[in-house]
Amino acid sequence: MADTKSKVKETKAKVTDQKPRIGVFVCHCGTNIAGVVDVKAIIEYAKTVPNVVHAEDYQYVCSTPGQKKITDAIKEKNLTGTVVAACSPRLHEPTFRRATKEGGLNPFRFEMANIREQGTWVHMHDPAGATEKAKDAIRIAVAKASLLEDLTPKSVAVEHAAMVVGAGIAGMQAALDLANAGIKTYLVEKLPSIGGRMSQLDKTFPTLDCSQCILTPKMVDVGRAENIELLTYHEVDAVEGFIGNFDVTLRKKANGVLSMAEAEAKGISGGGCNGCGDCEPVCPVIKPNPFEMGMKPRKAIYIYHPQVVPLLYTIDFDSCIKCGLCVTACGEKKAIDLEMKDELRKVKVGTVVLALGYDMFPVENKREWGYKQFDNVVNSLELERLICASGPTAGHLIRPSDGQTPKRVAFVLCAGSRDNTGIGKPYCSRFCCMYSLKHAHQIIEKIPGVIPYIFYMDIRSFGKMYEEFYYRIQDEGAKFIRGRVANILEDPVTKNLHVYAEDTMLNRPIDLEVDMVVLAAAVQPAADTDRTRKLFGVSCSQDGWLLEAHPKLNPCGTTTAGVFVAGVCQGPKDIPDTVAQAEGAASAASIPIHIGKVELEPYFAQCIEEKCAGCGMCVNLCPYSALSLVDKEGGGKVMQVTEAKCKGCGTCGGFCPGGAIWMQHFATPQVIAQIDAFLLGGAK
Amino acid sequence: MAGPDGWKPKILGIVCNWCSYAGADLAGSARAQYPPDIRIVRLMCTGRLDPLFIMKAFMDGADGVLVSGCHFGDCHYLEGNYKSAKRMFLLKSVLKDLGFDDKRLRMTFVSASEGAKWAKVVGDVVKTINDLGPSPIKALSK
Repeated sequence: MADTKSKVKETKAKVTDQKPRIGVFVCHCGTNIAGVVDVKAIIEYAKTVPNVVHAEDYQYVCSTPGQKKITDAIKEKNLTGTVVAACSPRLHEPTFRRATKEGGLNPFRFEMANIREQGTWVHMHDPAGATEKAKDAIRIAVAKASLLEDLTPKSVAVEHAAMVVGAGIAGMQAALDLANAGIKTYLVEKLPSIGGRMSQLDKTFPTLDCSQCILTPKMVDVGRAENIELLTYHEVDAVEGFIGNFDVTLRKKANGVLSMAEAEAKGISGGGCNGCGDCEPVCPVIKPNPFEMGMKPRKAIYIYHPQVVPLLYTIDFDSCIKCGLCVTACGEKKAIDLEMKDELRKVKVGTVVLALGYDMFPVENKREWGYKQFDNVVNSLELERLICASGPTAGHLIRPSDGQTPKRVAFVLCAGSRDNTGIGKPYCSRFCCMYSLKHAHQIIEKIPGVIPYIFYMDIRSFGKMYEEFYYRIQDEGAKFIRGRVANILEDPVTKNLHVYAEDTMLNRPIDLEVDMVVLAAAVQPAADTDRTRKLFGVSCSQDGWLLEAHPKLNPCGTTTAGVFVAGVCQGPKDIPDTVAQAEGAASAASIPIHIGKVELEPYFAQCIEEKCAGCGMCVNLCPYSALSLVDKEGGGKVMQVTEAKCKGCGTCGGFCPGGAIWMQHFATPQVIAQIDAFLLGGAK
Repeated sequence: MAGPDGWKPKILGIVCNWCSYAGADLAGSARAQYPPDIRIVRLMCTGRLDPLFIMKAFMDGADGVLVSGCHFGDCHYLEGNYKSAKRMFLLKSVLKDLGFDDKRLRMTFVSASEGAKWAKVVGDVVKTINDLGPSPIKALSK
């Protein structure tokens, strides 16, 4: 505490004693900035701003010669602070902080004036207005730079473990990569088995690999990997901490069944579930099977699908009637515990990869296509199960109304995607074109004489070997009709369907009678994505997909340091892209762990003891429990900050009635100086 | 957007680093155009917003203040925006008591993906302040 006190006093001394000498560097950014504003006028103005002793412009300040101008000026002009007027600090603040450091100053003596993203780019047709705004932005930045203090980033150790949330193909790949890199990895999955959506698919485009055949070896690898702790039927309950030290509380959902290891731990020698399946036939409860899209029955005690990893039965306590027949059937193995409760567990990890996956858009919301109204309108994931050898019909495609083999099948693409009506999704779901082509191929292969009719807007076959696959399906006899389907009606007698559309190539309306319709429904973020992302403090884009740190240059990172994204949860993508991003995310997540420490921005709160009345208001406000009241020498209380817990939001500083909290880098005098600089025109 | 007598509004925007500042950057990347009558001060979180900052701005002669943070539930620091939003009610009533139109202070929520919304919000605020005219601070302090 003594340290804190002296630090604040020292800072104040520094701020008041030293006459600020600020250098201003204005970037042209090619024509991005210089093409709109009058850079010469800005430089001339900057030279008149109080405390500015040096001002110059350059084509690209971020370039090596540009940065050298900063380091040279610091030395030659004996600067105490630097201001770069250029792009957003979110882009180049680290660059210029480094340059400032190389010039011999503390890197936190740098302040950026954003005159591109919040200047020339948004006022392109108002050069005079943009120039005035740029001058003000520089004045505001100089005012802050004049009061900035030396700060030292805090270095914290990184826990040598990672967590991957979601065990679809993205999560599995990320977990395998992390584990193979020698990192202990917790793989958390809400369902009883790993595998995700890919385990529901029959074949994969364009190679026509059997999905299960390429997936199950990976599932087995994950199950066997020494460094992976598989936590199926677990959910993330709470997250505390920050990069390097996330304390994650996991909820082990009650599955009613003891694994062999759990049985051993409970002293049931040789007991626990070995997946024999004796329990399942005796269970009297029958429910729709969600893995089979509700097209097959499931008992209340079940395995998620035949190739589950881990092989462990699960009781669905929402439908279990606790009759106890399964307990009897299980016998000596004593694997079933009908009174099992959820358990909470805490794990500590250094970094996290979110691979939360997707759900199908509820295409019944588009009422004109008759999904869930007409028996023979299915969505593409249902078709996937209907043509899969392990599916409810053993791979024989039948139409649901009468079990007959369809001879005319219509595929409706963009079913809910690229939809600006407000009911569907505005984005392209990216893999529906390709899997619909694959579906067309599969039914042609399975049913002689079948005709697939593909209603499309554009066929987006953008991947490697995708366009070739498209030509192949054309040659195989699929009919392509360019036009959105307006309406689908059912013949109440035959249960055949009439598809109404406009063929925009031939410019004529179509009424096509088919036996079955497949809606290539849009995808949307998985149901609990929003809850999970909020636990980790990750933002989402307007459509609910997780927001990457930068769409091009940091596609796996997020705004929360140490949390990375992989797979469709970041935006629709096919399996190759998902696996590639998962490998990227795993690599990014392994870096801080291998380095072993991270530097945190030193935006901590500090208590100015002479001003603190010990009221404790800030203590309750802090979302991270970083503040506490301690006894003061000579009686009374005073607030104390635990720097390791403080994330620098400043909520305490915004509230303190006595102004006793010094928010480093955003201290009250610094912010007030900015406001005064804007409205009163700089220092008095 | 100058008024008939050449008056231009002075509007202070106080935004959080994670959502609204990023949203304003996105407006730039997307080249969304809006009037240049706002100056931005960036804080890490709107929770840092000391009511003093806003009062100081109005005392300094600001014609309007826009506070913008993350959407509720999306705050990078869990709940800073709630705490800030609560202060706005109080501030608005204080401003009213002092003789200001409380429309001169506005809080909005713009996420990092809402560039277009940021442009619209600033356009709206500039219009509101243009309609209200110059700050009454000079008349009030006489």
